[in-house]
Amino acid sequence: MAGKRLRVALFVTCLVDLFRPTIGFAAVKLLELAGCAVEVPRLQTCCGQPAYNSGDNADARTIARRVIDAFAGYDYVVAPSGSCAGMLRRHYPALFADDPIMLPRAQELAARSWELVSFLVDVCGLDRVAAEWRGAATYHDACSGLRELGIKDQPRRLLGSVAGLKLRELPGAEVCCGFGGTFCVKYPQISDKMVDDKATDIAATGAAAVLAGDLGCLLNIAGKLTRRGQPIEVRHVAEVLAGMTGEVAPIGMPR
Amino acid sequence: MSGARAEILSAVRQALGRGRLDPAAEAALRVRVAAHRRNLVPARATALDRAGRIDLFVAMAEGVQATVTRVASPAAVPAAVVQYLAAENLPADLVMAPDPGLDAIPWHSRPLLQLRRGPAEPADAVSLTPCFAAVAETGTLMLVSGADTPTTLNFLPDTHIAVVRADQVVATYEEGWDRLRAAVPGEAAGARLPRTVNFITGPSRTGDIEQRIVLGAHGPRRLHIVVIDDPASDGRGQGQDGEDGCEGPAAAG
Amino acid sequence: MHATSRDFSANAGAALADRNLQRALAMMTGSGFPLRRREVVERLPEFEALRDIGQSIKEHTLAHLDFYLELYEEQVAASGGIVHWTRTAEEACAAVLEICRAAGASIVTKGKSMIAEEIGLNGFLESHGITPIETDLGEYIIQLRHEPPSHLIAPAMHLVKEQVADTFRAAHRTLDPQRPLAEPRQLCDEARAELRPRFLAAEIGITGANFLVAESGSSIIVTNEGNGDLTQTLPRVHIVVASLEKLVPTFEDAATLLRLLARSATGQEFSSYTTVSTGPRRPGDLDGPEAYHVVLVDNGRSAMLGGEFHDMLRCIRCGACMNHCPVYAAVGGHAYGWVYPGPMGAVLTPGLIGLEAAAPLPEASTLCGRCESVCPVKIPLPNLLRRWREREYARRLTKRSWRAGLSLWAWVAARPALYHGLSELGSRALGWAGGRRGRFRSLPFAGGWTRMRDLPAPEGRSFHSLWAERQKRGARR
Repeated sequence: MAGKRLRVALFVTCLVDLFRPTIGFAAVKLLELAGCAVEVPRLQTCCGQPAYNSGDNADARTIARRVIDAFAGYDYVVAPSGSCAGMLRRHYPALFADDPIMLPRAQELAARSWELVSFLVDVCGLDRVAAEWRGAATYHDACSGLRELGIKDQPRRLLGSVAGLKLRELPGAEVCCGFGGTFCVKYPQISDKMVDDKATDIAATGAAAVLAGDLGCLLNIAGKLTRRGQPIEVRHVAEVLAGMTGEVAPIGMPR
Repeated sequence: MSGARAEILSAVRQALGRGRLDPAAEAALRVRVAAHRRNLVPARATALDRAGRIDLFVAMAEGVQATVTRVASPAAVPAAVVQYLAAENLPADLVMAPDPGLDAIPWHSRPLLQLRRGPAEPADAVSLTPCFAAVAETGTLMLVSGADTPTTLNFLPDTHIAVVRADQVVATYEEGWDRLRAAVPGEAAGARLPRTVNFITGPSRTGDIEQRIVLGAHGPRRLHIVVIDDPASDGRGQGQDGEDGCEGPAAAG
Repeated sequence: MHATSRDFSANAGAALADRNLQRALAMMTGSGFPLRRREVVERLPEFEALRDIGQSIKEHTLAHLDFYLELYEEQVAASGGIVHWTRTAEEACAAVLEICRAAGASIVTKGKSMIAEEIGLNGFLESHGITPIETDLGEYIIQLRHEPPSHLIAPAMHLVKEQVADTFRAAHRTLDPQRPLAEPRQLCDEARAELRPRFLAAEIGITGANFLVAESGSSIIVTNEGNGDLTQTLPRVHIVVASLEKLVPTFEDAATLLRLLARSATGQEFSSYTTVSTGPRRPGDLDGPEAYHVVLVDNGRSAMLGGEFHDMLRCIRCGACMNHCPVYAAVGGHAYGWVYPGPMGAVLTPGLIGLEAAAPLPEASTLCGRCESVCPVKIPLPNLLRRWREREYARRLTKRSWRAGLSLWAWVAARPALYHGLSELGSRALGWAGGRRGRFRSLPFAGGWTRMRDLPAPEGRSFHSLWAERQKRGARR
């Protein structure tokens, strides 16, 4: 890329921070490979989605104000999660629709906020990666990324460039896995049916691994597959694209 | 109930944050309605010529399990009907719309074909009707009620045979409405239109049990369409409805 | 209809354990409506553009609803019909009864009508000695079973054919008990034969309306079976029951919405019968009703107009949302507990019967957005569900423990140092406890999760701590 390097702030996300930092490091690696200068603002915590989806707009706004402050000044804000990026990009402006001071700031942040894979492809112009992963994999389209941010082709394009990887389309790739943030604990039986159907579809592809761009979905799917005793690898797509699958066991599997 | 009427209208206006629209605004809306402006019309049928429209109509109708016979002239219709009934093992016994256009068909050339003219009765197995128009975009027949075209013929018998002239084939529903409005001159639309306009696309069906399609729920199990594609009628058609007596209801008594 | 929406959780549990229901639902998701919709949409390149236009037609009509209602009534009168304006379910039922009484009639056939379901018309008429006979095959089946509809378009879709056969054997006692009833073909033929004499004997036919056309005072019904047409043509009185928001200005506008409706509902290009009715029979007509009545129903529509849930008034009752909803696919329509199931039901029901009575419904969604993506008139269903959740939160209908948890979470999230400290602590503790297995089969306070699936163990350090260490190492060089 010619010209000045893009100053990108990584939005880590709660789940990546707590459960699987490797995804964060994979994101950094990919962004640097694409020519970005990456920083991780220290003051970031959560995007506020749990409060927002529960109808608790007051708390969501409190959290959102801090995010807007913490990520001021960067060229872009990139998250390895469609749901968190969607929160910033689609819902922060709605949260501050009645606030004449915060609204422009929210809109300004929204315009700079991206999910990782779509940022790499659509903004950085990345069309291939140097990674290698031998075997058949299938891909689950996480709902927010798909429907709020239009992420569909981008991960498939990059996965197509991974040496040795055979991508099999997942029937019902676009059907929700049943995580839904708080939904999976509020309606556990329904959530279980949904993730069970998803696991059945994944197993039916015969793929050795299932990938997705959201850790919430992945924790849900991995937990179901191991409970069913099915040894299908579950990984975040960034781990594969960054060639870091050797550094950490698949989600939910022994080290 | 006038209390309810006033209250509902008042509640609607209040919800919209205004009072009654002023006369100029109402007049503008009436103009808008009267203009019958078309929204986006799919290109599927509109770019086709006459022959292409007919072909599309036939293909779409067959795609929804109607059967179609094409004949070259009205004189060929009786034979086509007789042939169809024999092939379906149906009695050569029909109830027919008392429509002048159908009357002009030389039924006497098939004297064994029993025809009764009038509305359908419970025991009728096969009906024969004309159409007002045939919409190519989805293989849909447009039929209107009237003194010559009772609606029960379209629904009571198990088999419905519909006769379509090539010049009745239009590309879109909008063209069908244009023709109907032109055929029923007068003031208030509510007063001019026939009691019933049926858009019929294939035979009756249901998927209510296990999502499996079964034909012939309560309406006809079979819809057979005879298309008279008379090359001699090429010059007729657009805006000249009423030639064969298949006029709108306004022409009736 | 008595609502059990409050018991959604229990209803859902029962639904998940109901093997017949699960078989029936699998037929829908497998080869049913979603697949057919996708195929028919692919055949119409203009479909997406039509969705936008459909939305704007509905928006324009709602913004001028008073004008179109008055124009509509004027035209109904010109055609020889009568409009009865009713504010509530009670008034609407009373109006229908009054029409029946005035006509001296008590044999009634009925086409499928969700508004009639909503106002409880059948129960009301029955309590006054009139039993309307449902003629739509699905409605006929559930009437025999004393069940409510479970879907907007296919009311009996919760049943497998064996259940329908059992119902018919129990109800049609004059027929040979040994007769075969294994296939939908046989069941349909039997219903056809049973209902034909009822159609012919009816004195009053009641239908709903998919659209009311203002330009001519017409009503439009969209069906496949032909029962709606027999219902409205054979009897001497035709009653249309329809709510205010069914209005559209012209036949051109109706044509656009009709192009969207069948494709969205059943994956058909057009339904078998799309019928436009304008007034009673005309002088000289050989058949048709002598009287045409329209019972126009408000029942909460004017209250929704211009408010937070205004967009819901665009709904054309196609059922696409529920056909594509994974929650509906898991539990079916009865779990929602009232007339309207699935995503549109979750938004509409609290508005019509009150939030307290319907509180679980807006919560029973992952907000996946698939419903919105297939709605022919682009109703923002997830956002509307979120608005109900806001109201529930504000009215403290949300569980206290949940509210406390969210407030605590927000409090911690506003304190980065504390947040990061807890995250590091949590990842170390859980990472260690997860041990070599890399996952938990069970975990205190996480029973809601671990009952059904394992919880993967964290890697053992938080990202922020590792990043801070990496920065330090980098700075030291």
